Amino acid sequence: MNVQADTIAQMTSTSFDPNRIIKDFPILRRKVHGKRLVYLDNAATSQKPQSVINTVSRHYQQTNANIHRGIHTLSVESTNAYEAARGNVQRFINASRPEEIIFVRGATEAINLVAQTYGRSTLKKGDEILISTMEHHSNIVPWQILCEQTGAILRVAPINDAGELMFSEYEQMLSQRTKIVAITHISNALGTINPIRKITEAAHKHGAIVLVDGAQAAPHMPIDVQDISCDFYAITGHKMFGPVGIGALYGRHEMLNQMPPYQGGGEMILSVTFEKTTYNHVPHKFEAGTPNIVGAIGFGSAIDYLNAIGMENIAAYEQELLAYATAALQEIDQVQLIGTAQDKAAILSFTVGDIHPHDVGTVLDQEGVAVRTGNHCAQPAVERFGHSATVRASLALYNTKEDIDALTSAIRKTIELLG
Amino acid sequence: MNELQDLYQELILDHNRSPRNLRRIEDANHKAAGYNPLCGDRVTVYLSLNDDIVEDISFEGSGCAISTAAASLMTQAIKGKRVEEAEALFEKFRSLVMDDAEYDEDKGPALGKLLALEGVKQFPARVKCATLVWHTLKAALDSTDKPVTTE
Repeated sequence: MNVQADTIAQMTSTSFDPNRIIKDFPILRRKVHGKRLVYLDNAATSQKPQSVINTVSRHYQQTNANIHRGIHTLSVESTNAYEAARGNVQRFINASRPEEIIFVRGATEAINLVAQTYGRSTLKKGDEILISTMEHHSNIVPWQILCEQTGAILRVAPINDAGELMFSEYEQMLSQRTKIVAITHISNALGTINPIRKITEAAHKHGAIVLVDGAQAAPHMPIDVQDISCDFYAITGHKMFGPVGIGALYGRHEMLNQMPPYQGGGEMILSVTFEKTTYNHVPHKFEAGTPNIVGAIGFGSAIDYLNAIGMENIAAYEQELLAYATAALQEIDQVQLIGTAQDKAAILSFTVGDIHPHDVGTVLDQEGVAVRTGNHCAQPAVERFGHSATVRASLALYNTKEDIDALTSAIRKTIELLG
Repeated sequence: MNELQDLYQELILDHNRSPRNLRRIEDANHKAAGYNPLCGDRVTVYLSLNDDIVEDISFEGSGCAISTAAASLMTQAIKGKRVEEAEALFEKFRSLVMDDAEYDEDKGPALGKLLALEGVKQFPARVKCATLVWHTLKAALDSTDKPVTTE
């Protein structure tokens, strides 16, 4: 390819073309029950582009070695690739320095890390942790465990019938007793996008620190942790078109420095004697043991992929898809949308008449349409709307209007069969 | 769509629309609650056991078409049976829906209408929907009053 053609390819890539993107994801060529796979379960996990698959495979074929401890070439190359991935994550969420990024297993581990280090070392009996009704279990249970350990109290800010945080109620619940506010950026069950900057500002006024669960936001919109000014931000690679088993915790540098370590082991120490052990600097202090090296490198490659398309472009395209899908679902009388926030991501939770979501999911699967059914690990959020389960279609950059048409036609078949 | 029609047979749809024995037995001497955390299905099984015989059986709860029909069909199959017979029926039913290689239609008690749930074996993700109520029955018979789950 000559230079001119290369430039043209780059220029056209800035205008969003879903049909070109589909070609990057080999799994989308497979069939399920003889039908084209229509993958609408992206809030659970995302599919992987060929570039990520190649990066992971190339690492094992050419570079594999342990990091931060070998003098040999492969170890140096592996270390460089691992640390370069940290830089990728840092720039992707606009953290001010790479040391603010800790590699973890996923968003769940990121939240547990904060609860068990910052939380356990600072919270006292009677202190309060404030979350919201729309949290994923991973942003509820770690805090319940912390409350049991410290005597702190878990409080829950309510949401309205559209699935939006009731902001004045939230503000009223903040007080000098509030030490931690832990809130999701985007609800995995309802699609609500929270006004995260406003939420953080209000919490900081009362001296509380803020952890944002960004698992559903990072794959779908530009993230700027400095602009949000949160203290912690949790993301996971597998929802961002990267490998499973890798995620990142962003923590403000001065917070991470004060915090005690999470797990003990190799890598997180500077010197060990039986009398005294000196901990390593951040971020290594929080990365005990051999980390998920290839996971991190694959995660970095997924971020390269997203950057090449542009998060602004992805967000704009997904909003267009959301509008199309919302209108298409509303055309079916029996469909009731759960979660109708003004500011919403491309996650559509719904019920179909009296048909149980599990039955809907089974019929949809026979049509090649993969959706999630159940409480989406957000039981309180779903029960808030009087349901024990919903059907959830969660979209991503490779979905198309044809996918939405396949969804609605499969829902019509379900009604025919079971309605 | 053939597998789907096997799964959602007319008998299943009928028991889902109008479940039999969907009520509470106020003076039940055995009961147990079951829960499937994956889909949120909940079921409670009530038993009136008299001298080792299931004199009355009922259930309450909400779930998918498969779990509702399974519960309804189970209560019909169990009513009037001895505990030992109920347990044998559970074993055979479980072996049917789990597509067990050992399953032999001619061995053990006749499944009768329970055979309508055979289609579930083509849908591994749905087997638990059909067996939850049976696990709950087992718990009620053993009178462990703790909730059972499919996990």
